[in-house]
Amino acid sequence: MTNVTVGISDMKIVHSPEVLISYALGSCVGICIIDKIARIAGMAHIMLAYNNDRDKINIFKYADTGITEMVRKMELLGGMKLRMTAKIAGGAKMFEIKGSSAFGNIGERNIAATKETLEKLKIRILSEDVGENYGRTIIFDSLSGNLTIKAYGKQLKII
Amino acid sequence: MELNEVHIDILKEVGNIGAGNAATSLSDMLSKRIEMNVPEVSLLNYNDIIESIGGAENVVVGVLICFEGDIEGVILFLLKKEFVHLILNTLLGTELKSFEEISDLELSALSEISNIMVSSYVNAISSLTDMKIQVMVPSLNIDMSGALLDAVTAEFSEAASKVVFIKEKYYCQNEMVYSYMLLLPDKQSLKIIMKKFGMDI
Repeated sequence: MTNVTVGISDMKIVHSPEVLISYALGSCVGICIIDKIARIAGMAHIMLAYNNDRDKINIFKYADTGITEMVRKMELLGGMKLRMTAKIAGGAKMFEIKGSSAFGNIGERNIAATKETLEKLKIRILSEDVGENYGRTIIFDSLSGNLTIKAYGKQLKII
Repeated sequence: MELNEVHIDILKEVGNIGAGNAATSLSDMLSKRIEMNVPEVSLLNYNDIIESIGGAENVVVGVLICFEGDIEGVILFLLKKEFVHLILNTLLGTELKSFEEISDLELSALSEISNIMVSSYVNAISSLTDMKIQVMVPSLNIDMSGALLDAVTAEFSEAASKVVFIKEKYYCQNEMVYSYMLLLPDKQSLKIIMKKFGMDI
């Protein structure tokens, strides 16, 4: 079985039974989408919520353009939106800054934008492990659709 | 925002100014002779930083300190286990076997040390550039370096895609440890710094 690594502001699509992995997400959000009939799965690792400046080079840096483009590419590979389901993880608040409300809410904004984009695309979120104050390494099995979450000082979690 | 070679040199210089001060203050606090090399100052992106600190999943102590005043931004300290052990062992006489066992007392000692180092760092920049800068209360977390870093770089990715990365090497009783400091000014502050050095951006 091959593991395919997804970097920051990156996206990969694999065929079953390949495994997608992305390391140490803090405020970033990992979006995993699967179409079990087409036997394909995608993972996007986004850093920011909205691509307001229409950045065409770093599409996968943003939740809105990143997820939309991933779904489009999955459709080109035979995927169908109505069969697709999603699992999401990340969006932590790694640092608590006293007296600054603006700083540190990026994780929250990323989660909100991710959910909004998936809703627009009419893709159902099956499960999620988001927020809190710790980093997550995420491993997505394109065969079972299981999303495994590794965190420092915590037990493995499968959602 | 596009940074050219001259901008990068200026940022490196700003990175350099305070680094010596920070190391001296560390040496004073530990009342131990600490020798250091000239700091390596570079402008790196997320992936380069992760690589220099030993991979995204390497667990480190992250101390985030915001600064305000004429310029605003944050400084992120990333401390590997060896460095943390040296500090705690000298200061409190404790042996740090793993981060999981770290006590509240040790955490507050680390927070304090980082605060003093960052303050002396910022003071050097402040007096050289004649800018008023205050540092805020630090926030500390122990986690995978990738997770600590993405949270901070995401907040400042609007200002620039690269951050000033300062790596300092210390020798203390035949031990060699490194400290890693990241300097992230916001967009407006970046312009102000450049102006101070007679450059436009």
